[in-house]
Amino acid sequence: MDEGRMQLELTVNGVRRAVPVLPMARLLDVIREDLGLPGTKEGCGEGECGACSVIMDGKLVNSCLVPAVQAQGSELLTIEGLAQGGTLHGLQQAFLACNGAQCGFCTPGMVLASVDLLNRCAHPSEPEIREGLAGNICRCTGYVKIVEAVQAAAGTVRP
Amino acid sequence: MKNEGIGISVPRREGREKLTGAALYVADQIWPGRIYGATVRSRVAHGRILGIRFAEGIPWSEFTIVTAKDIEAMGWFNRVESIEPDQPFLAGEFINHAEEPILLLAHPDRHLLERARRAVTVEVEELPAVLDLDQSLACRQAVGGRDNLFKEIRIEKGDPDGVWATAAHVVEGEYRTGAQEQLYIETNGMSAEVTQGEDGPGVTVRGSLQCPYYVHTALTQLFHLPGPRVRVLQMDTGGAFGGKEDYPSIIAGHAAMLAWKAGGPVTIVYDREEDMACTTKRHPSRSRLRTAFDAEGRLLAMESDFLLDAGAYCTLSPVVLSRGAIHALGAYRCPNVRIHARAVATNSPPNGAFRGFGAPQSLFAMERHMDIAAARMGLDPVTLRRRNLLKKGDLMATGQIVTEDLDLEGLMDRALADLGYPHKRAAFARHNAGPGMVKKGVGFSVFMHGCGFTGSGELHLASVTGVRTRADGRVEVLAASTEMGQGKETVFTQIVSEALGIPNELVSMGGVDTREVPNSGPTVASRSTMVVGRLVADAATGLKQMLMDQGFLRDGGPEGWREAVQRAHAQSGGMTCFSQYQQPANLVWDDVHYRGDAYPTYAWACYAVELSVDTVTWEVKVEDFVARQEVGRVINPILAAGQVEGGVTQGLGWALWEKVETAQGRMVNNQMTNYIVATAQDLPRIRVRFEENNPYALGPGGAKGLGELPMDGPAPAVLAALQDALGLLELREVPVTPERLLEAVEADHG
Repeated sequence: MDEGRMQLELTVNGVRRAVPVLPMARLLDVIREDLGLPGTKEGCGEGECGACSVIMDGKLVNSCLVPAVQAQGSELLTIEGLAQGGTLHGLQQAFLACNGAQCGFCTPGMVLASVDLLNRCAHPSEPEIREGLAGNICRCTGYVKIVEAVQAAAGTVRP
Repeated sequence: MKNEGIGISVPRREGREKLTGAALYVADQIWPGRIYGATVRSRVAHGRILGIRFAEGIPWSEFTIVTAKDIEAMGWFNRVESIEPDQPFLAGEFINHAEEPILLLAHPDRHLLERARRAVTVEVEELPAVLDLDQSLACRQAVGGRDNLFKEIRIEKGDPDGVWATAAHVVEGEYRTGAQEQLYIETNGMSAEVTQGEDGPGVTVRGSLQCPYYVHTALTQLFHLPGPRVRVLQMDTGGAFGGKEDYPSIIAGHAAMLAWKAGGPVTIVYDREEDMACTTKRHPSRSRLRTAFDAEGRLLAMESDFLLDAGAYCTLSPVVLSRGAIHALGAYRCPNVRIHARAVATNSPPNGAFRGFGAPQSLFAMERHMDIAAARMGLDPVTLRRRNLLKKGDLMATGQIVTEDLDLEGLMDRALADLGYPHKRAAFARHNAGPGMVKKGVGFSVFMHGCGFTGSGELHLASVTGVRTRADGRVEVLAASTEMGQGKETVFTQIVSEALGIPNELVSMGGVDTREVPNSGPTVASRSTMVVGRLVADAATGLKQMLMDQGFLRDGGPEGWREAVQRAHAQSGGMTCFSQYQQPANLVWDDVHYRGDAYPTYAWACYAVELSVDTVTWEVKVEDFVARQEVGRVINPILAAGQVEGGVTQGLGWALWEKVETAQGRMVNNQMTNYIVATAQDLPRIRVRFEENNPYALGPGGAKGLGELPMDGPAPAVLAALQDALGLLELREVPVTPERLLEAVEADHG
């Protein structure tokens, strides 16, 4: 192991992984480069845009702000782990049906933020959806179709 | 057969890849042995480079370094191909704007690379910088272009000077709009490698881009390479909006020069701060308008002095100016018009294409002016529009005749009814007279957007597309048009599906690779669906005819289509049908005098907004928004609505929140922390309504262009609503941040 590196052991999308990383490396870089999962995106690098959102131990985090050491022993869900055996998660299906993704770059973070929202609140109202997704910036959609996708997935409004 | 052709909301074709994280953007690409590139930039707006110092403590021998001197030594061409070849890839002796690239570095270790970038010091003799329009126009110091102008346009119709003295009302006003950051969520990025072929070295780049052939031309010129030895591929592109129209030529040149010198692949991906500081923004503008009206409020004369701050190099400013000038009169009938438009050089980073391309700036001024004029004349803004909106047979500013059966008044009435404008206006007036701290207002704008390239642009481009057979029995579309979120993959598929009567699954969209696809022009100007889409439909129809003529397809399908294509492909070794743009004979345009048919057709719209203003914090909340537009036939309603919702949101941002702050010519709020765009919480559900009464005969299925239109309307509508809420006349500038609003209120109260 290189000098200064630690062995990071964690569960990523249900699979146990161990990678040598610098303790203060950004979790975002660890996910993209060391774990080889580039679906998680960097939009701003300072926790403003939410493109790098992942779910760590059941909570939504900006992975650009999390040092690797903090992820030791954690359970991580990235966008690559959401679909099960080729079957899209209900939110992914709803985003597809409702045109919730345009350029796609905020999409992994936005979908995971939506998963987190519905985990916390199964049937959110529109203001609750808007508040729940306010940490994820989208420049393409104006959020209308994203809100509709979350409503459709939650079954609060039919698509 | 399932109908998946024109008019159906089929899901986005590449949606699954985007939703599962499988879509590959430039930073995601695994490329063995690739190293990273970085750019050392100027901190000053104007200066002379005296020397470059490399601090100790960095293993410089491990780095690949490129300067302007290296470009010269290699015999390369240090100019970025554009309208004028005035912009160097790297500044040599003189620096003309802050953030101008001076030196390139590459290294395998990104963290060391960043340390190295900070360890390079450019010694500069700082020179006085020209940072505003008046200073530039005074011309005491040459910045660029001729007399500091990159382009000057005059549009003349009738004789305004014969009207001013006798008109019942003459209204004058000055209007300004600020720069706007693109803020695509994926920053600019490019990978490059140098390949060794039998006939010598070649360059391949892959990246985030809108216009592969712009990059292709820039690289052939930079390296003096024949076209076939330069290859440009588009990766998945995370938003563009015009910000990846011409800038990718620069970053591609940078990555390619580093790759050439390093002897291996190089990737440059800007971080957010760098991207915001150095890439192209919406041009700031200043409009001075003078209009004359008769006693009933009919427009008699209009004069516009329209300025755009182009920045230090020409880039696309002449054509941005052109669109702005042509839209300066708005959607009105006026017999006497004089528009004087200038793109002015300053020592700012060059501004460039951004959704709307000059039209949002000049339309903002005219719509704002009409509302202020209405108030001055004691007319309702709706009434003033009613008396002046264009109708069939009217002449526009360039003398273009409105030939379609245009019902702008009806469109306006329907949009206002959607919002509940008439009764809300009355109700809010009563509410605002009360003591409440929150005031409410409604406002609207009526406008148009010219579809496709301006004037003879399409004629010069002479775009080509193709459709070819594949061994698997599908047909493949060959076009340089890029998917950047707008839905081109899906819309082109539907167009081919409709033309051939086959399901979408039998249509394949080839990747965008200059080795495979012909030059179907740039993905800009709301032209991809209307112009390129039509060429794709024609090529598809042509291929079908070939299949029938050669006996592979008996009755045109869809039964047996796949087998017919498979047979044809196997027996002929592959069949391709190309289609090239032909200028419609009825379109006449004079580039010199700006007379004639400026655009083949127009999209028309009325946008209406309801908002509230907190008179303690001066925060503005958008409560409701109606976007009603006539865009010809809508190919995919759900994608089209998404375009409008996104465009409206960018327009609202430009109006209310998005302020580019600069100091000595450098952007200082170049972070998402302090450059504010809308979140989901800041917006209502934008209500989109399409009218399809006037299909464009030459568009595929009757479609017009759509992508840019929604950027034009929100800002003037928002300021009209603020005027309604607060009774202020003097709002003439965007963005109206809470600070600006407070200032305006204080000025108004004298």
